[in-house]
Amino acid sequence: MNAPDSPLLQVRELRVSYATRHRGRAVRVRALENVSFDLDSGQTLGIVGESGSGKSTLARALLRLIRADGGQIRFHGRDLLGLRGADLHAVRAHLQMIFQDGISALDPRQRIGSILAEPLEIFRPQLPHSQRRERVLAMLERVGLESLHLRRYAHEFSGGQAQRVGIARALIVEPELIVCDEPLSSLDVSIKAQITALLQQLQRDLGLSLLFIAHDLPAVQLLCDRVLVLYLGRVMEIAARDALFQTPRHPYTRALLQSVPIADPRRARARGRAPLLGDMPSSLSPPSGCVFRSRCPHAIERCAQEVPALRRVGHSEVACHRAEEL
Amino acid sequence: MNEDPLLQIRDLSVSYPGAHGRFTALCELNLEVSAGECLGLVGESGSGKTALLLAILGLLPAQSSVRGSIRYRGGELLGLEAARLNAIRGARIAMVFQEPMSALNPYMRVIDQLSEVPHVHGGMSRRKARQRALEMLEAVHIGEPERRARQYPHELSGGMRQRVMIAMALIGEPDIVLADEPTTALDVTVQAQILSLLQEMRERTGAALVLVTHDLGVVAQLADRIGVMRGGRIVEQAECTQLFSQPQHPYTQALLSAMPRLEYPL
Repeated sequence: MNAPDSPLLQVRELRVSYATRHRGRAVRVRALENVSFDLDSGQTLGIVGESGSGKSTLARALLRLIRADGGQIRFHGRDLLGLRGADLHAVRAHLQMIFQDGISALDPRQRIGSILAEPLEIFRPQLPHSQRRERVLAMLERVGLESLHLRRYAHEFSGGQAQRVGIARALIVEPELIVCDEPLSSLDVSIKAQITALLQQLQRDLGLSLLFIAHDLPAVQLLCDRVLVLYLGRVMEIAARDALFQTPRHPYTRALLQSVPIADPRRARARGRAPLLGDMPSSLSPPSGCVFRSRCPHAIERCAQEVPALRRVGHSEVACHRAEEL
Repeated sequence: MNEDPLLQIRDLSVSYPGAHGRFTALCELNLEVSAGECLGLVGESGSGKTALLLAILGLLPAQSSVRGSIRYRGGELLGLEAARLNAIRGARIAMVFQEPMSALNPYMRVIDQLSEVPHVHGGMSRRKARQRALEMLEAVHIGEPERRARQYPHELSGGMRQRVMIAMALIGEPDIVLADEPTTALDVTVQAQILSLLQEMRERTGAALVLVTHDLGVVAQLADRIGVMRGGRIVEQAECTQLFSQPQHPYTQALLSAMPRLEYPL
């Protein structure tokens, strides 16, 4: 499509806002503010942050499910935001999504067989019926289900099985990029481990490119090559997996990691009190300067005055004035 | 001195009529809770965790059949008439629910729901009960308690609503607090805050805490003792550090190995 060495996905200065009402007046909430990152083919980028940080907004904006105010989303070098009609439809075959709640993401009145065949009918209408059926069966097997499941309905599945169907539906058109919006968070511990293992297997076998949105940091560590940390719609830190988990540079990244429960009584108790106080402020009135400063234990005067730019510190890109000294 | 444990559950079986015949939620379960301890109950969906809490509070659906015994301070709770049960639940045995948004009354201001407990259970005057409610909001570290007290649940964040739930559970000075997945609906950062708060409140009030969760990391931090539930039974019970260092039951071992953990925990 374009220069072969350009990243699969290049997001530049992406801005999204929502219209809402506050105290009777129409206002705009800035949900994403100048978000930039790259995703290379065959790689998985994790997007983490608390509820309200803009993770799902990012997923929806990338798939053109909501409107962006500005910026660029280049897919193979081509700006998605400018596409209309047939061009947009053609690109969408390459972009798929896996949803949080497996069961409610499936049409309750369709059998699984027709749910899995539908993306092929839409995006590969020339495919003969027999081949369509073959592909559905092969995909079903790949995600650990069997042909006897084809005639069942969504409500006959457990949460883990429904998530397998959701994964199969996303993969069946062989998309180049899959956006996963919290695909593990509604599952039990042992099922979560199974679905994580399935995603790892598919990453290896198919060389998938994933954007993996999650607040489950251990799962992000298992599945992602790079991680982007969002807070109130701004990028706080981007780094390769090991750099981020071993030497987090942003105080917010560190606080997130320190909040993950440890399954070791002695260490869990030695860790002491919660690292972050209070809640994320409202995006209707974000703090001046660095948006994280109102909860940051290291904030100084400068943090209230200047918005920190994303810059390279060690192996990370960090938006914090004090990243070097901390 | 009373020799009985605070709560003693013997051979408790619970079943409901379901789509495919009777569904057994609990099967001859035995459990004790001593004064002031924190007991963690861990299990996956369908293990019977919630049914156990509902049975203790007498809140199981009317069609369910219940056998066995649940004694609170030596007195049987099963089959107790509603008036006597109401004197115990909410006051002596309180509950913190998973989803505070659906457990709090959306039509009542925070102060009204909180002060209802000491007013109705404790026979306190309305004015005194409201004073007590404000103190309680401060105790659970809600900033600007007077302003928050006048608000409705939907005006609060998830973490703040859970603080209100905890305040509501503790305001009657109960002996036992049952908490059903109190942090599951919250972000990790807020989960860490709520766990710190539960720990602080335990130290301050001396109430026993029964903490039900699917997350072994959550009980690792708080519990003295842990019961692992599966299929309506407790398959293993042990002191907290021992359960993590020497799990005996294969299911406990499987749960521990399925537990997601950070490679470099901070």
